[in-house]
Amino acid sequence: MRPLRLIPPDTSFRFIALRKRAYIVSILMILASAASLATQGLNFGIDFVGGTLIEVRTDGPADIQAMRQILSALDRGEVGLQEFGQPTDVLIRIQQQPGGDAAQQATVAAVKSALGDSVEEYRRVEVVGPKVGGELIEAGAISVGLALLAIMAYIWFRFEWQFGVGAVLALAHDVVTTVGVFALLQLEFNLSTVAAVLTIAGYSINDTVVVFDRVRENLRRFKTLPMTDLLNRSVNETLSRTVVTSATTLLALFALFFLGGEVIRDFAFAMIWGVIIGTYSSIWIASTTLLWMGVRPSASDELLDDAEIARTLGD
Amino acid sequence: MLYFARWKIVVILAICVLGLIYASPNFWRADNLSTDLPSWIPHKTVNLGLDLQGGAHLLIEVQTGAVLQERLEAVEDSVRRSLRNARIGYQGLGVRNKAVVFALRDTGDLGQARQLVVEGDNLVTVEIDASGAARLEYPPEVVVDIESAAVEQTLEILRIRLNELGLREPTIQRHGADRIIVQLPGIDDPDAIKALLTQTAKLTFHLLDQRNADPAATAPPGARWHKGTDSFEQEIDYLVEKRVRVSGERLVDAQQTFQDGQPVVSFRFDSVGARQFGRTTGEHVGRPLAIVLDNEVISAPRINEPILGGSGIISGSFTLTEAQNLALLLRAGALPAPLVYLEERTVGPGLGQDSIDAGKAASIIGMVAVLVFMVVVYGLFGLMANIALVFNMALIFGALSLLQATLTLPGIAGIVLTIGMAVDANVLIFERIREEARVGRGVIGAIDAGYDRALKTIIDANLTTLIAAALLFWFGSGPVKGFAVTLAIGILTSMFTAIWVTRLMVVFWVRRRRPQLLPI
Repeated sequence: MRPLRLIPPDTSFRFIALRKRAYIVSILMILASAASLATQGLNFGIDFVGGTLIEVRTDGPADIQAMRQILSALDRGEVGLQEFGQPTDVLIRIQQQPGGDAAQQATVAAVKSALGDSVEEYRRVEVVGPKVGGELIEAGAISVGLALLAIMAYIWFRFEWQFGVGAVLALAHDVVTTVGVFALLQLEFNLSTVAAVLTIAGYSINDTVVVFDRVRENLRRFKTLPMTDLLNRSVNETLSRTVVTSATTLLALFALFFLGGEVIRDFAFAMIWGVIIGTYSSIWIASTTLLWMGVRPSASDELLDDAEIARTLGD
Repeated sequence: MLYFARWKIVVILAICVLGLIYASPNFWRADNLSTDLPSWIPHKTVNLGLDLQGGAHLLIEVQTGAVLQERLEAVEDSVRRSLRNARIGYQGLGVRNKAVVFALRDTGDLGQARQLVVEGDNLVTVEIDASGAARLEYPPEVVVDIESAAVEQTLEILRIRLNELGLREPTIQRHGADRIIVQLPGIDDPDAIKALLTQTAKLTFHLLDQRNADPAATAPPGARWHKGTDSFEQEIDYLVEKRVRVSGERLVDAQQTFQDGQPVVSFRFDSVGARQFGRTTGEHVGRPLAIVLDNEVISAPRINEPILGGSGIISGSFTLTEAQNLALLLRAGALPAPLVYLEERTVGPGLGQDSIDAGKAASIIGMVAVLVFMVVVYGLFGLMANIALVFNMALIFGALSLLQATLTLPGIAGIVLTIGMAVDANVLIFERIREEARVGRGVIGAIDAGYDRALKTIIDANLTTLIAAALLFWFGSGPVKGFAVTLAIGILTSMFTAIWVTRLMVVFWVRRRRPQLLPI
């Protein structure tokens, strides 16, 4: 078994030199996200806005047109139908009904009796009342906000404050653009999406920490190296790891995307996006922040303990 | 480096073996579990969430406000009685804004009024200001107690109802201050059960009021209109005396039986109820009784003779199921407050099985892809990382089984994601070993430095992900919680296997082969 080197040792790509272009790309992505959020908004699933979701399987290919007509006749407001994974499966979405929680329940009964024998199997019925929806939005927002704060606090504690700022900027960048992608493509934004966003935050910070760790180490080692070169060196040294870990994670996620079933597909998509954007932001957002926040090799003297000096000199 | 304390080796191997043992029941078919598996192996398996095994998840809110309102109305009644008896003039008596309020006509009655109203209910606080405006309310902690008691009572009654339905392992638990979660595995059409759960089932026995009155007009004093069906199944309105002769609380048993081939419900009162019922039927032979269930007259039989034994029969025009359900509801008792469904998620068995199959396929393919990739990139070391990954999977399933955690569809996603991310620790170590070897360290020195220096990074990187998982667990609900659990367990087990298990393998390999060059 002779190992294959995906990334040759001693690469010296000048990542940091590309930072202006990366900023432009990031700013464009953030603007696009903001514009999309402002104009079309998020396609909230029933978890957040309440309403009814029914997944049915019909005997043979579903006649969506006919179903739409039947359901529109019920006069329950906006009814969305879409094929779900295969021609026999249809996802029915019915908007929040006026009249509180009891009205939502009545809607399901009405749909079931209207569709009658055309449906072979009710695969899934979800009814979320208006009260719960509001609470779930709140809990989701709180958890994302707290995650950002907790991670910043942790980085602050383990590194220096400039690193904490860099990590959180990268994190915010990833969260905003992920939410932006959901708005842009009008993918359903539901509870699993919030879980995905938080996991992306975890992955992104994981990646950032690995780069930061190397930056910190190099700060102690190369006292005279210009910061740009030092950052380049750190990113290059961790490049092989970045590529391998991204690759294994993406392999698992693509398996989930293609084989994990319809219900989990959007989640897998969000995560794939997150791995890519998280890797990108570690290099161009988190690391370059250190540059304009004035982190310099000499500034890190205080962090150097004797044992480590001894080891560094020993090299 | 080559030295590995014996106890460490023992602990590492023991944990791996325990992981395998605890995980193993999950790979047997449930029906063969007890016969095929040796008895010394634990038989606990991972619980499948409702989204995987199919079933109904119901979130119910107890409308505790109604209980408080009822209590306050009782206070209002007692206040009215006391004031009248003491001939104290008052006006505007009523329940408003969670308090009983009224105003004295004459402030000269202040002292006397203060004395009187307190007697109604010793938990109520009474405030009457100098202008004679009175306000009676329950202190906040008492309100909490009242509402909490109502939720507990509801929980108990729902538990009895569910148990009597003979369902497969229903679970019911309190959720927050006034909510209840009911989970019904294997139920894909919960409509009938839902109706049964939320029915108040408040039963009262009254006499029919025999005055002539127009159903369209308001009922004469002391009586009330109730809907119902007559013996020809026509809907009619009954004029029923307000006075409750016997309350359903006095029932000790109710059973569905048959009378003349018709399904009916027989019931039995406790001694107090039997005495009340005996007196009512004894004094009013020839008059029709009204049996009222949740404001509807379900039966209005004529009293033919005094019923002194304390038992009787309700013969509405029931179907068999209706009679069975009524008997069940009467046995379990009436709910103290109305219930509302806030959320319902039902997954049919077909979708559940499909999700399990898809999850399995994604896990296996994802795992194989990662295993192959690791060997291609790191050779022998990749193989060791792979063995660690397999142990990692065993530990995750073992931990999930041991904790009796629930595996949901997002939970499976968490496991697949873990497969991809678990190797990260090994990647960090191996990359570091490569680097150290490149700067000229020997085999042992490079391995040693690689593990040593990567460790800090691994801990930093994993702790941050663990923070995200913890928040997901606290704020997530249902399936998302399941995802957080598998993610967190995956992080912890992967740190163990990637650091210790691979290190053990590397040490054994170095000791045996004494390699001069690192195959990495």
